[in-house]
Amino acid sequence: MNALKKLFGGNTRQFGMIFALVALIVFFQIFTDGRTLTPGNVINLFNGNSYILILAIGMVLVIIAGHIDLSVGSVAAFVGVSVALAMRDWGLPWYMGVLFGLLLGAVIGAWQGLWTAYVGIPAFIVTLAGMLLFRGFNQFVGKSNTIPVPADFQFLGSGYLPEIGPDTGFNNLTLLIGLVAAALVVIMSLRARASSKALGADVPELWVEVTKLVLICGAILYATYLFATGRPGTSFPIPGLILAVLVLIYGFVADKTVLGRHVYAVGGNRHAAELSGVQSKKVNFLVMMNMSILAGLAGMIFVGRSTASGPFDGVGWELDAIAAVFIGGAAVTGGVGTVIGSIVGGLVMAVLNNGLQLLGVGADLTQIIKGLVLLAAVAFDVYNKSQGKRSITGLLMQNFQRNSDIKPDETTSTKEVISKES
Amino acid sequence: MTTLGTQGEPILLEMRSITKEFPGVKALSNVSLRVKAGEIHAICGENGAGKSTLMKVLSGVYPYGSYTGDIVYQAETQQFKDIRASEAAGIVIIHQELALIPELSIMENIFLGNEPTKWGVIDWAEARKRSTELLARVGLREDPDTPIKEIGVGKQQLVEIAKALNKSVKLLILDEPTAALNESDSQHLLDLILGLKGRGITSIIISHKLNEIEQIADEITIIRDGKSIETLNVKRDGVDEDRIIKGMVGRTLESRFPDHEPKIGEVFFEVKDWTVGHPQIQDRLICKGSNFFVRRGEIVGFAGLMGAGRTELARSLFGHSYGRFIKGQVYKDGKPVNLRTVRQAIDAGLGYVTEDRKSLGLNLLDDIKTTTVAANLRAISNYTVVDTRKEFTVAEEYRKSLRTKTPSVEEGVAKLSGGNQQKVVLAKWMFTDPDLLILDEPTRGIDVGAKYEIYGIIQKLANQGKGVIVISSELPELLGLSDRIYTIFEGAITGVLDKNEASQESLMKLMTSARKAA
Repeated sequence: MNALKKLFGGNTRQFGMIFALVALIVFFQIFTDGRTLTPGNVINLFNGNSYILILAIGMVLVIIAGHIDLSVGSVAAFVGVSVALAMRDWGLPWYMGVLFGLLLGAVIGAWQGLWTAYVGIPAFIVTLAGMLLFRGFNQFVGKSNTIPVPADFQFLGSGYLPEIGPDTGFNNLTLLIGLVAAALVVIMSLRARASSKALGADVPELWVEVTKLVLICGAILYATYLFATGRPGTSFPIPGLILAVLVLIYGFVADKTVLGRHVYAVGGNRHAAELSGVQSKKVNFLVMMNMSILAGLAGMIFVGRSTASGPFDGVGWELDAIAAVFIGGAAVTGGVGTVIGSIVGGLVMAVLNNGLQLLGVGADLTQIIKGLVLLAAVAFDVYNKSQGKRSITGLLMQNFQRNSDIKPDETTSTKEVISKES
Repeated sequence: MTTLGTQGEPILLEMRSITKEFPGVKALSNVSLRVKAGEIHAICGENGAGKSTLMKVLSGVYPYGSYTGDIVYQAETQQFKDIRASEAAGIVIIHQELALIPELSIMENIFLGNEPTKWGVIDWAEARKRSTELLARVGLREDPDTPIKEIGVGKQQLVEIAKALNKSVKLLILDEPTAALNESDSQHLLDLILGLKGRGITSIIISHKLNEIEQIADEITIIRDGKSIETLNVKRDGVDEDRIIKGMVGRTLESRFPDHEPKIGEVFFEVKDWTVGHPQIQDRLICKGSNFFVRRGEIVGFAGLMGAGRTELARSLFGHSYGRFIKGQVYKDGKPVNLRTVRQAIDAGLGYVTEDRKSLGLNLLDDIKTTTVAANLRAISNYTVVDTRKEFTVAEEYRKSLRTKTPSVEEGVAKLSGGNQQKVVLAKWMFTDPDLLILDEPTRGIDVGAKYEIYGIIQKLANQGKGVIVISSELPELLGLSDRIYTIFEGAITGVLDKNEASQESLMKLMTSARKAA
């Protein structure tokens, strides 16, 4: 167990989630008689969930900053219908349609960001209003009709990497991407390891690093194999490609840039962040605006996939995205969460959905199971936190001891904090 | 029913050798308190001396068993297990932070948790009748249906007392009752307490306003460093403010400071006519036209009692992050500077280490290296991309130079002890390379060894030619550290003393009265 934990960086939560995801996949692979890990099913799984995962990327930033966005489904639907109409009635080419959709998302995001960050209305309320507003707008401008989109726009939601080069029996581009990704992972982690070592920071033992790389590369290459050997005409899906690019960009922004640091700082302790010179209003504004841009993108991908925009697109998406983020280890109180964790959380839900479907479990039972999974994941997190961070063994032993520390008398005046907040 | 004192007068309450320990700290050691029936008994002591802890023991906030010693009340040894038990015995405590619900009416607040009922339904007619009587007793002419948020703090205080009277109080404990009140409200409250005394209600009052204590108290018990020092009888002993101060500060100055030879340069930071209003209350000022200056290489102390406006002054300077700015100008190196946002203040070369480390100073989710660079990310980033190698190097440097005790800079700050947390916060501000560093209670909640190290860091910063402002409630700390000390009372600077002319007595005098130093 200890070795396994070392392998995943000692983060109990992340480890738990990846472990759960792998276990789920193995479970369904066995009980569906191998129908889970087939090219067709995996491609399907990505196609059918990429828009939720894109929403989860934006949502995790919103939740890290200490807010929530309930409007994403409605915003996605409104952007979807607007873009569909713009292309049909104004004759916009598909790329202008995409640009228009992103801009519309930005405007909607600015609207919600304004109320949240500068007027100071809780995001819960602002986006609850947004949920009604933009659903209404969707049905108003679309007159509750289904509006088809042109074929080149559908590529966005249902396209695949094209076949090029010699016939190798695989999809060459998919193969190339997979190999490059595996190589990059190896090079990057070895370089990170070397630089940490040069600085004198703690580095895990070599065997841990190597095993980790072997496992990750194995997973990447196996996925590549699956995507590259689908039935003719299919390969790595375009929505998956967009998702992968977004994960890289947002993972980098959240982890490595000043803006990302500020998002975590504002969510972790807003007062402390402000007293360190962070402009928390600006951060909140940007986070809310970004969410709506991504919601717009998700809406367009969905419209592309379903070939038309409809009045009930995106219903319930906000809940799926929020669930993905919380399963992925974000804290309800803000300040904690990762992009990659949310993707893993989203995949857990997606695999669960898909596997239960393959098993022929009805929608009713599927919902019950998903609800319980969400509750269990967050309960694990809350329990973990209330005990202070402990090893899994420690967690198991914890039940047998009671904790009754008397806290020292704090002379710190909380009055000021309270009076500032009110 | 009651025991008798030495002069044959009845004793209502006696606390005998109360000792209360927290992990690592002895908050009270062998404290005794004897309160006669029908008197007003004041408890005096510096911040952190243990007054509030003692009252928490008495009122059952710290239940029986969590302390040692006896509480004898109405001639019986009491074992209060919570605040309800002490209230049932007629002991009611009114905290500094009022426990009223702003949205509810005066009447609803008075009867909250104690509602008169008829067959399980609240009897509002009875409640109204009784609240009218109670309000008359405390001299508050307001409609019982007025929401609490619509009346001032002074009147709210009276509602608290009415609420206590409704619980048939015998012993009323008031913790800093006039701290938030203006002069006329304070006087009204003091008169009311005297009036209650006339009706046989005993009061214990904790206050920093010594003139008020001198005015109304019959006896004064002085607590210092968790020990009861003496009990004075105001009339018999002829007690005045000076006598109380002597008792409060009568501690010998130990050598708890590293040797330091100040290298003081010319004035580089000057504040003129700095006036700031209270963030919520319209007409109240928290800084009243303050003027002061800091020289290069100088450690300037700010002395004042809790609530005097020291922190408010510092935070309003630091990017207007507290209160409503009204007027005033800051000059740095002779030129006026703008400090309207925290960012501007940091860019102008200011740093502010808050007194409230956990809620205002640290993001407890962060690790040490992230915290160290949090206020100056620009210095370690290229085109807004954080250079994590530089981040690590910087954090390592500060860990070594400040001797922060931690296995690694990747450790979470929440796991560190108070002293080490404070070092990380200091590192964060030192990394912004400020010209003027404001330290608000820099050693609060820190053990003695770490204090010494922090004093050393402060002196080193001064030696580098930076100005340092130290705000502290501990007078020995200010006396040992500062080259010059300003005193603040109720938002106004009341005096400035050089290191060689300052003493605990002289400071305390300036801190407790509006008398202007010549």
